[in-house]
Amino acid sequence: MKSGKILASMMAATLLATAPYAASAQADIEPQQTQPLAPEAQTPTNDTSPLVGAGERGDAAEGSDASGYTPLGPEWIKGQPEAGAFGFQEQYSEDGEYALWMHNAILLPIITIISLFVLALLLWVIVRYNKKSNPTPSRTTHNTLIEVVWTVVPALILLVIAVPSIRLLASQYETPPEDAITVKATGYQWYWTYSFPDHGEFEIISNMMPEDEARAKGFPAQLEADNRLVLPVGVPIRLQTTAADVIHSFAVPSLWFKLDAVPGRLNERMLTIEEPGIYYGQCSELCGARHAYMPIAVEALPFEQWQQWVLAQGGTLGGEEATEEDAAVEVGPSADDIETTDTIEEAIDDDLETGTAGA
Amino acid sequence: MATTAEGYQAHSEDHAHGAHDHADHKPGFFARWFMSTNHKDIGTMYLIFSIIAGVVGGAISGIMRAELAAEGIQYLGFWVDLLGGEASVNANLHMWNVFITAHGLIMVFFMVMPAMIGGFGNWFVPLMIGAPDMAFPRMNNISFWLTVAGFFSLLFSMFVPGGTGMGAGTGWTVYAPLSTDVGSPGPAVDFAIFSLHLAGAGSILGATNFITTIFNMRAPGMTLHKMPLFVWSVLVTAFLLLLALPVLAAAITMLLTDRNFGTTFFNASGGGDPILYQHLFWFFGHPEVYIMILPGFGMISQIVATFSRKPVFGYLGMAYAMVAIGVVGFVVWAHHMYTVGLDVNTKMYFTAATMVIAVPTGVKIFSWIATMWGGSLQFKSPMVWALGFIFLFTVGGVTGVVLANGGIDDNLHDTYYVVAHFHYVLSMGAVFSMFAGWYYWFPKISGRWHSEFLAHVHFWVFFIGVNIVFFPMHFLGMQGMPRRYPDFAAAYAQWNHVASLGYIIVAASVVIFFVNIIYAFVAGRRAEANYWGEGATTLEWTLSSPPPYHQFETLPVIEDHHDYHNHMPVSDKPATA
Repeated sequence: MKSGKILASMMAATLLATAPYAASAQADIEPQQTQPLAPEAQTPTNDTSPLVGAGERGDAAEGSDASGYTPLGPEWIKGQPEAGAFGFQEQYSEDGEYALWMHNAILLPIITIISLFVLALLLWVIVRYNKKSNPTPSRTTHNTLIEVVWTVVPALILLVIAVPSIRLLASQYETPPEDAITVKATGYQWYWTYSFPDHGEFEIISNMMPEDEARAKGFPAQLEADNRLVLPVGVPIRLQTTAADVIHSFAVPSLWFKLDAVPGRLNERMLTIEEPGIYYGQCSELCGARHAYMPIAVEALPFEQWQQWVLAQGGTLGGEEATEEDAAVEVGPSADDIETTDTIEEAIDDDLETGTAGA
Repeated sequence: MATTAEGYQAHSEDHAHGAHDHADHKPGFFARWFMSTNHKDIGTMYLIFSIIAGVVGGAISGIMRAELAAEGIQYLGFWVDLLGGEASVNANLHMWNVFITAHGLIMVFFMVMPAMIGGFGNWFVPLMIGAPDMAFPRMNNISFWLTVAGFFSLLFSMFVPGGTGMGAGTGWTVYAPLSTDVGSPGPAVDFAIFSLHLAGAGSILGATNFITTIFNMRAPGMTLHKMPLFVWSVLVTAFLLLLALPVLAAAITMLLTDRNFGTTFFNASGGGDPILYQHLFWFFGHPEVYIMILPGFGMISQIVATFSRKPVFGYLGMAYAMVAIGVVGFVVWAHHMYTVGLDVNTKMYFTAATMVIAVPTGVKIFSWIATMWGGSLQFKSPMVWALGFIFLFTVGGVTGVVLANGGIDDNLHDTYYVVAHFHYVLSMGAVFSMFAGWYYWFPKISGRWHSEFLAHVHFWVFFIGVNIVFFPMHFLGMQGMPRRYPDFAAAYAQWNHVASLGYIIVAASVVIFFVNIIYAFVAGRRAEANYWGEGATTLEWTLSSPPPYHQFETLPVIEDHHDYHNHMPVSDKPATA
């Protein structure tokens, strides 16, 4: 049943990669507009917001609108915390869905039952074996059978947990296909930069959007960034993290993704986002005074629109046509290959050579 | 110095004509409390010190909960001003990091450890094994004063520059490079490191003292397998301290030289690695969490047995479960580092190894319940705290099983779920066991009764309060709220507000605790030798309350009456000391 769903989403991913327009309908998009994500169709509520790419290098295209990119509006927010909620955020990646299932279907029931079982035993001894009900204490201090039982049964329960847990780990460490889209997130005190080494090495500087501005535009304050990390939907992304000063952590709860950004080290993890939308996260490793104010805002767009965005930032598409097909095909079969490939080392920036490569 | 000499004078004078009642001979005030070599006096000082540190650490958590009661930055500027800094956006936010750092370090190194090991350990290990004192009484004194000095070094660090503001804002983990000159220029972090050095040295000395005492000074007939479980727990804890703390000392010394002498142990641009620091820190840090809980396990075992009027179920299993927890506790450290970019096989190993710890822990939980099973339970205050401990520690334990899964932890790491988890095992686990031990032994220590009624009220108010504070943090964490945030997105406001309301209840319970102490000293009736009656079978109950200044001048001989395997009613026991 579960694998069926995974298969379905993989197919959706394939479709998205090759035919974004058709796939956006397939992927069961919740926001009102299930229609093509043509830039013109976007709500223009936030067209006053600063355009992505106004980095310090100043190489970003000035008139991004002309190039066909407008940031998604608040109706596209999918991954964000919910007030008063009890559980996890909804998941929009395959691993995330599996992990969420594992937590909700295996871990949560087991830990709830264990806690209630212990509580019930405590209440029972309180009622049954208090001084009034049982004036003369027994002298039992040993029972080999029961001692074996309460050693072996928990061990078996742990085994039940370990199987899906190891599976989840293996799938989280799938090696991205060679032509996966590479993004490098670099943590600074206290903002993120995102660069696309295979797409002209343009760089996005992403600061927290001022809270008033965010509220005025209908975005969650402290979670919205002035320039989002824009990623394509349905294709594998090789997300690399590193840091320039102290350790930061790139985290997006609704994608079940968290990877520390360590100076001198390049960490890498594959990420495939299933649906277009906005997914928020926050820096998750104490990094100094403004630790709470360096959010991560991921905007996932259908592949062609993402390409338009890349061009709008002054990037190149560097042979991406081949990427689409291959990426979509390879996303599943490489499941068993959990070794780190040489590509990681190759991808390390010159200025980071002194550090150890991730993994 | 003059006072010192006088103290010595008084001492020798007393000796001259007081040899016959040596047991009650006490040195003068300065010699007794500042140059103490008496394990009970040192234990008392540790307990008082830990209460003071607990109040400071608890007050800091009050500041934090007040700040987190609503969105935005409310009070941090006020605290910066009050502590003599210059308020600015960065300085205010830095203040927050100083608070979380101080709260963590104070609670771990200056509240829980001094209370458990220094306080109850010093007081009751010698009493329970029938020893006149610790093996190295002077070293015992040094241990205590090093801890005090460490505390002051930490407090002092709050008033010197630490980068973006005053104080060390690195978190209790002091991760490089946030803690190196890259992230924290200025002397504050050096003082925090020095504080850990002092407290760590004190603990290492204490650990050697306990190991020597327990191995060499047990009363005739008390074999290791007849030792009370509290002594077992302190023995295992002492070994953990002895093996783990030097690693911390090494790590923070390397940090210190990175900061001041240009080494690059943790700096990638010089060939070092920031992750190395984390490996070293957590190689210490994970055993550290067992250091904080194991003596609690021991106390709970004594208390549950006493108030069930039944010997501990599965004594050997209980003792060796602690040994197992101690051993396995050394090989699971990287589960604190699941997101640093570990290799997948490493992560799988640490997932499996971490989950293994649940087995001996489960053995302990079930053995406590089996001890009560068939018993004749009396719900005196220590027992009520112990019952609260067993349930809440279970809750904290099972969320630990969730976090043990490397894949699941990817979402929960460094969120409030982790905060909820470790406060359930520490703020409820360790602290509940400490209060259980407090009410169990307070009349023994002071010779006066606290109010059992107030102790029960204290329990219920505290129980409700801590649950309101910490349970909603699970929800915050699952929704993704990161730790160590002074401010949060609107969606996190509700549960944070609830948690802050819970803090008021906890604070009220602490007031009850102090009222109870005052009551005991003002109006408490005198406690007899064995005030818990038949169920209390360990050696400290053979002594008066409080025990004589020097006990067991004639060593008690342990016969089978004290044997946990063939428990006999306490009334058969010959009076000792």
